[in-house]
Amino acid sequence: MQIVAVGLNHKSAPVSIREQIAFAPERQEEALRQLVASPEILEGLLLSTCNRVELYACSHDGPAAASRLKSFLAEFHGVSEESLTTHLYEFHSEQAIRHLFRVASSLDSMVIGEPQILGQLKDAFAVAEGCRSVGLILTRLLHKTFSVAKRVRSETTIACQAVSISYSAVELARKIFGSLQDRSVMIIGAGEMCELAARHLVNHKTAGLLVANRTFERALELAKKFDGRAVPFNDFPDYLAQADIVLASTAATGYLLTRSQVEKVIRQRKNRPMFFIDIAVPRNIEPAVNEVNNAYLYDIDDLQNVIDANVKERGKAADKAEAIIDQEIGRFQRWLSDLELTPTIRDLQQQLERVRQQEMDKTFGQLQTLGPEERQAIDACTGAIIKKILHRPIAILKERRHDMSGEQYLDAVRMLFGLDGETEDKDQG
Amino acid sequence: MSILLFKITLLSYLAASCGYLVYIASGRCTAEKIGRWLIRGGFVLHCATLALRFFEAGYTPVANLHESLSFFAWCITGIFLLFDLRYGLAVLGAFLSPLALLLMVIGNAVPQQLAQPSPILDSWWFPLHVSLAFLGNAFFAIAFIAGVMYLLQERMLKSKRLSALFFRLPSLDTLDTLNYRCLTWGFPLMTMGIISGAAWANSTWGSYWRWDPKETWALISWFVYAALLHGRLAIGWRGRRAALLAIIGFLCLLFTFLGVNLLLSGLHSFEALSGR
Repeated sequence: MQIVAVGLNHKSAPVSIREQIAFAPERQEEALRQLVASPEILEGLLLSTCNRVELYACSHDGPAAASRLKSFLAEFHGVSEESLTTHLYEFHSEQAIRHLFRVASSLDSMVIGEPQILGQLKDAFAVAEGCRSVGLILTRLLHKTFSVAKRVRSETTIACQAVSISYSAVELARKIFGSLQDRSVMIIGAGEMCELAARHLVNHKTAGLLVANRTFERALELAKKFDGRAVPFNDFPDYLAQADIVLASTAATGYLLTRSQVEKVIRQRKNRPMFFIDIAVPRNIEPAVNEVNNAYLYDIDDLQNVIDANVKERGKAADKAEAIIDQEIGRFQRWLSDLELTPTIRDLQQQLERVRQQEMDKTFGQLQTLGPEERQAIDACTGAIIKKILHRPIAILKERRHDMSGEQYLDAVRMLFGLDGETEDKDQG
Repeated sequence: MSILLFKITLLSYLAASCGYLVYIASGRCTAEKIGRWLIRGGFVLHCATLALRFFEAGYTPVANLHESLSFFAWCITGIFLLFDLRYGLAVLGAFLSPLALLLMVIGNAVPQQLAQPSPILDSWWFPLHVSLAFLGNAFFAIAFIAGVMYLLQERMLKSKRLSALFFRLPSLDTLDTLNYRCLTWGFPLMTMGIISGAAWANSTWGSYWRWDPKETWALISWFVYAALLHGRLAIGWRGRRAALLAIIGFLCLLFTFLGVNLLLSGLHSFEALSGR
């Protein structure tokens, strides 16, 4: 049994190719059904996100399955296979498993450590389960993949550091305030960036949101959305003392907030710290505000630098993640080889054959008068009996190997016929 | 025998410091766990060391520099372990275990023989005075470390240069709260330490306060912490200023503890204590 992966991602293919062969969500079931209808493909899984399109399959014949996956990708989207080949990558067995583990752990992502990919993979698996294109092996592989991704997240710092502007703003706020619970936020300007950052902050159960915007209606609208309060734009400095975190993103030219204003506010607040986030260009808050004691000011470039530092920190964590993946690949492969059906069938046949030989020797010992022809007939007869008896169990084992019950049948057979050697002695005794 | 245990304790603090430093540098949680168990183990050994020393000496073993340093390190480690149970601040260990180690290393370098028995050591005021004083000092040591961590973290936030340390250090708010907690514990302990010392002095020498250098410096440190406490409660000092004062206060304390003994002489010198 071999696992095969074929696909392309943001590194191997430009967006013009990726968009051509991306699978729309509503067509994924259809694609999977077609895929598993091919004789080479026993089980199939399809992962299609904006950064990658990948097909995973389970097959007896790896190379044949890989070429089928490639031709399927081309056929399904009506593009020529030659135009894809340079962008497609192909992994077999251990390499394929490693690739899947790395994808799920977000080591292969555009932004290492981003959390979405695991959710997308879970969705892909749910679709495949829905149309029964995955069986015993891929199901087991995917469950293993999810647990590997979880291990990587919990045992390395790969997902700890924020890599988007609004995430990094939240992370910085947490380095200043600890928990953001019961901290209040003021946003000046009600643009898209403000809304996005506000959403992240409110997710941390902040206590109150104040919104100031030049058009008051828009401020009201946003305040309503986040259960906050709108304040008149010209009066916003009066409300500053109530805010722990101030987020500015207006189109104003010239500073809305100066150092001396902030000094006054900090005094009013009895030195309780304030965090200013200025994501406007040109800037809304005077840079010298950062020099005020207990006031921290980050502009858009500062946040970008924080992100760069985070990305570097993640790179280090990635090495540790690779080690975890190596370990888990070993475990999965051991399972896969245990699973191999053929040894069980072979053991079963050998076991019965041994019994037959023993019993025949006994019988021939007692019936010394038998001629060679009769002996041959008895031999053929008993052989046929065994073959007939084994026919159905083996057929069922083969039939069921693709679903979850296959493992149980294998276990049952090994136990009932004493293939692992435990009950063998009793039989003879 | 207690000296041997002392050396083993020192080694386990050394190992704990290494574990914590590896954690700081690499972010490996296992290193932090190892560090924590080593310092716990070290603390248990340290308890045994002190108990043994007590039986060998027949007095509370804080009568010479070696014993005082060991006792101080024990107080710091013990209080750190309590804080660690309560707040789980692993990074604190990375700063604190080297401090405990430093005290132990100095303690290892100075003469370690038992002090001469002396009538003033028989008084019950002696263990009471030194325990209160050192427990107070231990809280201030943690406030000092929280202050150093605060300044580091604030420096990184202000300069916007984030090193690996930035990701491990707790938030400014946590550090400031820690500073306050230590102050509210350390200050009453220190005050009681000074009062009990005065009572002991009265029962031994017949006067409460004699302005010897140790007393003077203890009073200076007391004023620094009183100012900090007042500033925090009444004026709303916090953050950087509170951190700086906690650092200054601890430096005064260190001078009171070590500087006065090594550089100046007076009633508190260990020679005076051991009656030589």
